[in-house]
Amino acid sequence: MEQLIIPAIIAIAVAFFSVYGLTPFVIRVLEKRNITVVDVNKKEKTMVARPGGLSIIVGMELSLIILYIFFPISEILAVILTTFFAFIVGIIDDKKTMGGWFKPIALAFCSAPILLLGAYDSNLAFPLFGTVQIPILYMALVVFMIPIMGNTINSIDVLNGVASGFITIASFALTISLIILQNYEIAIATLCLAFASLAFYKYHKLPSRIFPGDSGALTFGATYGVIAIVGHVEVIAAIAILPAIINSFLFLSSVKKITEHRETKNPVSHTDDFKLKTGDYMNAPITLVRLIIAKRPLSEKQIVTEIFRLGMFSGVLAIITAFMMGVEV
Amino acid sequence: MTAQIYGFLFSMWILILVGGGLMVLLVGPISFRDYVDIDPLINSGAKIILALFLIFIWVFTLTKVKNWIFKTQIKS
Repeated sequence: MEQLIIPAIIAIAVAFFSVYGLTPFVIRVLEKRNITVVDVNKKEKTMVARPGGLSIIVGMELSLIILYIFFPISEILAVILTTFFAFIVGIIDDKKTMGGWFKPIALAFCSAPILLLGAYDSNLAFPLFGTVQIPILYMALVVFMIPIMGNTINSIDVLNGVASGFITIASFALTISLIILQNYEIAIATLCLAFASLAFYKYHKLPSRIFPGDSGALTFGATYGVIAIVGHVEVIAAIAILPAIINSFLFLSSVKKITEHRETKNPVSHTDDFKLKTGDYMNAPITLVRLIIAKRPLSEKQIVTEIFRLGMFSGVLAIITAFMMGVEV
Repeated sequence: MTAQIYGFLFSMWILILVGGGLMVLLVGPISFRDYVDIDPLINSGAKIILALFLIFIWVFTLTKVKNWIFKTQIKS
């Protein structure tokens, strides 16, 4: 246990401070080159730098490489490679808006390092009931996991600070779960994700100075997904991000096809004092935000706080599930 | 409305636990090779179809729970 503490401190510090230090530089460069977008939820026209994926990937990769030097295991190498490939997919989508199917298919290919390095265990663990051996089905799960996690985090990135704040909460819950299950090396990798997203949240929180964009959101989501696989905590990881999964589920069950959220009608609109209210379009997709404001209009800050509360609730459920993993009925 | 979202989250969690139980107790131990001499790959394929069917039921149940919990709000 002691030999884990120093690598953990170094990796976490690198993850946090590199993102914390690099993001203002990325903001300046993007603003200088006019690579900005309008923040649609502000009364005055506010331009925000986008995408911020570059600082996130640098922080993540540096910390994970340091971790790999201390613990040269295939699981951490799989996290390094998959995260990097997902960032590439994201940056392509940031530069040129691709069709709805591009991201799921491209992200599916990003799972190749996990399969090629054999960094997975085909026994799927469930709480209370033990494990089930599904070798072929599990390979399909590996391929689907990265697109699902990537797009799930990407789809919740609709308000200032939500994506980075939400993944921070989920990552801390997953870290605690991994510690409960005594998977310490992957717990440290998860802490790197938690601290990198926490550092980015400093600039992403309301009022945002930078948006993560597809490159940032997909990096967060794919890293989270690959950690879930190599850490054998697939079910727990899914539970920790249930509000985001609900958001995707509601969106897909109302739109009934895989599409870019940019291509759909806006599910929310604004009141005179610029609070968010349910949109005017009857056939607009149902989303988590739309449900939160169904009864009365709320400010952006109130909605973000509510999403974080939901995140904390599902984080607690994830930790309870981790405790239940050791119990068999 | 927020209470209903928490309720939906909780029902999803319960459905995950129950679904996991069904996978471990039902799909995992099944072996068609006890009855007929078939290739292991076909045996796995049959289990995949069964698992997909369970996932379909899971999503269907979740949709019903969603409609029941949110009812009129969803149309607002």
